[in-house]
Amino acid sequence: MTSPTVPLRLFVNGDRHEIQVEPRKTLADALREDCGLTGTHLGCEHGVCGACTILVDGKPARACLMFAVQCEGMSIRTVEGLAPDDETLHPLQQAFWDNHGLQCGFCTPGFLMLAAGVLEENPEPTEEELVEALSSNLCRCTGYQNILKATQCAAEAMRE
Amino acid sequence: MIGGSARRVEDPVLLRGRGRFAADSTVSGQLHLRVVRAGVAHGLLRGIDTTAALAVPGVAAVWTAVDVADLPPIDFRLTALDEQRPYRQPVLARTRVRYVGEPVAVVLASSEYVAEDAAELVEVDIDPLPAVLDGSGDVVPWLTAEEASWGAQREIAMGLGSESAEIRLEYGDVAAAFAAAHRVVEVDVTIGRHSGVPLECRGVSARVDPSTGVLVVDGAAKVPFWNRDAIARMIGWNPRDVHLREGHVGGGFGPRGELYPEDVLVPLAAVRLGRPVRWIADRQEDLVSTNHSRDQRHVLRAAVDETGVVTALDGQFWTDQGAYVRTHSATVSSLTASMLPGPYRVASYRVSGRIRMTNKTPAGTYRSPGRYEGTFARERLMDQIANELGLDRLEVRRRNFIPVEEMPYQRPIQAMGTELIYDSGDYALLMDKLEERFELARLRADVQRRRAAGECVGIGYGWFVEKSGLGPYEGAEVEVDTTGAVTVTTGTSSVGQGVDTVLTQVVADVLDVDLDRVRAVRGQTDRFGYGRGAFATRQSVMAGSAVLKAAEAVRVKALTVAAEHFEISPDDLEVVQGGIQVVGNADARISLGEVAALLEPQHANRLGLTPGLLAEEWFHCDHMTYPYGVHVSVVRIDRETGGPTVERYLVGYDVGKALNPTLVEGQITGGVAQGLGGALLEEFRYDEAGQPQASTFMDYLMPTMHEMPPVDVLVTEDAPSPLNPLGIKGAGEGGVTAAAACIASAIDDALQSPGFVTRTPVRPDLIRAHLATTGTHH
Ligand code: FES
Ligand code: FES
Repeated sequence: MTSPTVPLRLFVNGDRHEIQVEPRKTLADALREDCGLTGTHLGCEHGVCGACTILVDGKPARACLMFAVQCEGMSIRTVEGLAPDDETLHPLQQAFWDNHGLQCGFCTPGFLMLAAGVLEENPEPTEEELVEALSSNLCRCTGYQNILKATQCAAEAMRE
Repeated sequence: MIGGSARRVEDPVLLRGRGRFAADSTVSGQLHLRVVRAGVAHGLLRGIDTTAALAVPGVAAVWTAVDVADLPPIDFRLTALDEQRPYRQPVLARTRVRYVGEPVAVVLASSEYVAEDAAELVEVDIDPLPAVLDGSGDVVPWLTAEEASWGAQREIAMGLGSESAEIRLEYGDVAAAFAAAHRVVEVDVTIGRHSGVPLECRGVSARVDPSTGVLVVDGAAKVPFWNRDAIARMIGWNPRDVHLREGHVGGGFGPRGELYPEDVLVPLAAVRLGRPVRWIADRQEDLVSTNHSRDQRHVLRAAVDETGVVTALDGQFWTDQGAYVRTHSATVSSLTASMLPGPYRVASYRVSGRIRMTNKTPAGTYRSPGRYEGTFARERLMDQIANELGLDRLEVRRRNFIPVEEMPYQRPIQAMGTELIYDSGDYALLMDKLEERFELARLRADVQRRRAAGECVGIGYGWFVEKSGLGPYEGAEVEVDTTGAVTVTTGTSSVGQGVDTVLTQVVADVLDVDLDRVRAVRGQTDRFGYGRGAFATRQSVMAGSAVLKAAEAVRVKALTVAAEHFEISPDDLEVVQGGIQVVGNADARISLGEVAALLEPQHANRLGLTPGLLAEEWFHCDHMTYPYGVHVSVVRIDRETGGPTVERYLVGYDVGKALNPTLVEGQITGGVAQGLGGALLEEFRYDEAGQPQASTFMDYLMPTMHEMPPVDVLVTEDAPSPLNPLGIKGAGEGGVTAAAACIASAIDDALQSPGFVTRTPVRPDLIRAHLATTGTHH
């Protein structure tokens, strides 16, 4: 019942990954299992929770809703590629840390990537716009208040 | 540093996506387990045909109950009631299925996709029976004598009914109080079925290390030590040879980490098949297999005098337990019963709680178990008393508070096997402080003005007492290496609350070292002897106290060695920035790393000391601490849709002493979100055949950022606990406890219909129907 695999080239965080996947494999599974990037989490595999949010060609996308083969040649960014290096955090990561924007941290990669996509598109969102955009992901621990605050702080830092 | 708002030591790893959650590790050659689950709520198991599934290439095994017939049922961990043993769950259904989602078979295959495909080919033949879905209706036959005997693991002569236990508590003279009452006030209210629903689904992996023969189980959480012993017992191994490891855990809240059928099946498969095995739940199975919670109906009667003082409380409640009694046994109901009177004196009290079996997913604890439910019922009752006596809602509460002069206050009943003694508290003071800090008078005036102008808006209150710091013990080892790096090892667990940070802070404070010099090790059953786990908001209290003692012992030992070294009295030494120096002479200094080096075995022997700069200490406590608080909310209702919007949320909570105020506030705000979800959105509903109506996140609605009001928290430290050296009371649950009570109170106020809310979640259609009948619809 195993379907034949196809070769696939994914560009993730600037690295090229040559992998073999079944056509029915989701992008999330391919990233986690074939590229070894387990920072992209799965909370529902159903497009609702947003834990799997990544950037595909700069836009936030649900990795659980895409097939890996759809992403041939596209530029993918995951949480592992957010920080510039091992010493420095991305302003969003820094702000989440400073503002206690995470507890268990399971939703965090999804929120970081969602926020990164939102702020790259609109560096100066109003609070309303931000709440609207960030409401597409779920967090069960924080009550969101600090996620909003952290994103606002990061937006400010990123404009500087 | 204790009491400081340090940033969390856990965060950098998580922020970089380097966490190790249950699904994040794979090993080559591992098998994937897929559970075949019952599709009907109740029925007799006629047969299971596994032929087609076994024929799928890549399938290594398919098991049904006969393959695991030697396994006993899953045992109780807490509040074990003997009469509930017959109701325990087998790891795979034996003769009958009792809820949709019950495991009936497992498939083990070379990939997740193959396992899933093969599982669909397992044919399960079930004779459906009518489903029992009413947790407070008539008692019906539930177990045959054979089933009861198997569940209890002893001979039981007769079948048993659907009431698995009744909890009774009583003190004072209830009958006399009712006979003398000025008035009797009654409510009949129900709190819906919902649960913790951590964002990470459950998962477990296991393998036998061929070089040592040790069974290594990953994906543990909350209570790894207890689960290690339970797994070892069930599969007949020595606990020594079973090792549970907790990695990162994507939220706990009560359900996560308890011992479920899959937690036994996966290790067993690894042992029997000689290959690594892994199982990761998908969301749908998580929602029907992981413990549900709440779901209690309360009928409460209060005898009150003319001033609104409750002279007696007479309560009956029913807990809808679902299909089996799992690890928590009677915990939830027993907590409901003992904590029901809350912050009020209540001179006489009687309660009966019935734990009823139904054909739903089994229920267990969820953050603030028994108190969220009981607080909702009791605070509905307090509002009703205010209404019937024409009193202000908060005034009624003040008149019933246990006054500060009576602390510590003993209620002559038990809670979780301990005497119920409220250790400290000044309820009236907290209310005053909240009034002042958040200018409640202004808030009330504002709400009134808006209502006069035609808006449907109200303010609500909920008072509560929590409990935390359940003992009886926790231990800790603190060790400094020769570079001065510190390791603190405990038997605690982390389900995401930041326990590493808190324990690290305690160590850093005592040894005056930077936080990043301390590493916390926990949740590893081969690194520490005992651990009671992450539940009942007990870790800061218990482990925090043990760590404090261990760090202090290390400090004393370091001072002893340094005193020898400088040939000076320890009294003339001080601990400064990770070193020890002579008071007033920073040049005469030895670092903690150097002290550790002096304690290598031979030198230590010459000094007459045990080797190493380390100490293990234990903290014991037989009583719980009782934090307390109040919630206030403002709720607006849309007259067209009936939709409620929580506009503002205020919490006052006294935690005795906050180890890290930022984390305390984070716990509270997160709790409010879950409490709000239970009050307005979340519900595991079933149709009349017992089919779950909420098995995806499309139907099980959790609050998003959009539904969350601004939450303001006032954390006070007016009533430190006399029961532990730091004075702390746990902060994990107080954000959730009174949320349903408080939001219900605000909705009643908005509608100007006291007593309207009698059940949660308060759905918009219920409000709209009410608006239609009362003609307040414009
Ligand atoms: S896992 Fe993709 S949205 Fe939930
Ligand atoms: S931090 Fe746990 S789900 Fe968001």
